[in-house]
Amino acid sequence: MIKVSGLHKSFGTQHVLQGVDMEIQTGEAAIIVGRSGGGKSVLLKHITGLIQPDQGQVFINGVDISHLEERELLKIRRDMAVMFQGAALFDSMSVGENVGFYLQREGKMTTGEIEKKVAETLELVDLNGMQHKWPSDLSGGMKKRVGLARAIIHNPSIVFYDEPTAGLDPVVSDSIDHLIRRICDIRQVTTVVITHDMRTVRTVGEKVYMLVNGKIYLTATPDELFASQDPVVYKFVNGISDSEDVLS
Amino acid sequence: MLLGLKQVWGLLLEVVYAVLHGSWKVSDIVAQIYQIGVRSQSVVMVTGAFTGLVLTAQTYFQFHKFGMDTLTLAVNSVAMCSELGPVLAALMVAGRVGAAMAAELGTMRVSEQIDALRTLNTHPVDYLVLPRVAATTIAMPVLVCEAVAVGIFGGYTLGVYGLGIDPIYSWANMVNMTHVKDLMTGIIKGFFFGGLISFTGCYKGLFCKNGAQGVGEATTDTVVISSIGILMLNFCLTLILSKIL
Repeated sequence: MIKVSGLHKSFGTQHVLQGVDMEIQTGEAAIIVGRSGGGKSVLLKHITGLIQPDQGQVFINGVDISHLEERELLKIRRDMAVMFQGAALFDSMSVGENVGFYLQREGKMTTGEIEKKVAETLELVDLNGMQHKWPSDLSGGMKKRVGLARAIIHNPSIVFYDEPTAGLDPVVSDSIDHLIRRICDIRQVTTVVITHDMRTVRTVGEKVYMLVNGKIYLTATPDELFASQDPVVYKFVNGISDSEDVLS
Repeated sequence: MLLGLKQVWGLLLEVVYAVLHGSWKVSDIVAQIYQIGVRSQSVVMVTGAFTGLVLTAQTYFQFHKFGMDTLTLAVNSVAMCSELGPVLAALMVAGRVGAAMAAELGTMRVSEQIDALRTLNTHPVDYLVLPRVAATTIAMPVLVCEAVAVGIFGGYTLGVYGLGIDPIYSWANMVNMTHVKDLMTGIIKGFFFGGLISFTGCYKGLFCKNGAQGVGEATTDTVVISSIGILMLNFCLTLILSKIL
């Protein structure tokens, strides 16, 4: 279970998170939505221990990770995986080396076993036989799939996705959404997706957390989100801007 | 300023911790020795050769006025071993390797590759910093020796075959006046310069900000700080080693 309690974070004078409280149950497919620049990725980085909060706590399976040292965090992160917004592939390594990186560093498998596991994981994300390609040879959608394969190769129980469909066309976005849903179902993992793509919410989500002004404004199912008549939620879901937004 | 010092101190402690308890691999260090040491040889040897040549020529021009021609190669040898070899080799490595380290790690930082490493059960210091610092510290003394050897050989060749200095007396003076401590001074300096260059490059890359501009600044800062640091450290080491050795 993931529990966030009273989380605050500022960067200079910008108070990005202003007391975030949320709980994501084990096995749940949670979607965190909110406007661009609203602190979604910052929240994700707190949950994964990549940055530390000014105030508040983050619990992963009952362990408060908010002020752990990096080497202690590494142990907690063995059970987690993150697919980054830009895929964050190691550009000095081939696709196969990227995907097998975790296992290679862990040193518990032989090269042959790692290669086999890499091939299986690439097959799961529909990238069979791409081991020898380089990240620079891949399209945006393919990079995200490789990033996903690299993240899940060690069978983590929690997978985080930061804007998995950002910058992709609707067809590729849909395929990524279905892939996330498929991995969630096959591996029975807790899934946390950061997005502002409403199609991702429909395809993947079981529970939606809406972040507004640095706080969780709404916790609902996708159906409740789409049916909401709350003006803030309604405008966000339907992509309606205020006159202030147009002027700004 | 205080934040910078805190980061430097923190990284230094992390490197020490990583040496003792980190999950680093010898293969990573060997790969870096190839990148840093083997691939820097040509630059360092060309630098050593031309430094030896010009030092021999200038020394000869002055010494010739007083009939001290056969001391020319001794001056070249001592200067190459203890000062010019290590300093100039280090400055070249700072430009080639330090800048590359800062650029590589900086790019990894701004493209979230370092965050990705952290989520893949890998401490950036174990995987990125320690192998580079270890490799540069190991490779630098070897590079210094190469620069010194090429510089002395170049100077000897120019002096004997180009300037007509007597080879027997020159050789005897060179051997008599160049002591093991001169070469040891150069090797020890190389060790410290290697640590300084790689630590600066890794620190600047690891903590770089502001996208492409930040990477550019980190690269420039690395070369400037390393170069000034080498000159200052050289002065300190010269004084210290002259007492110790």
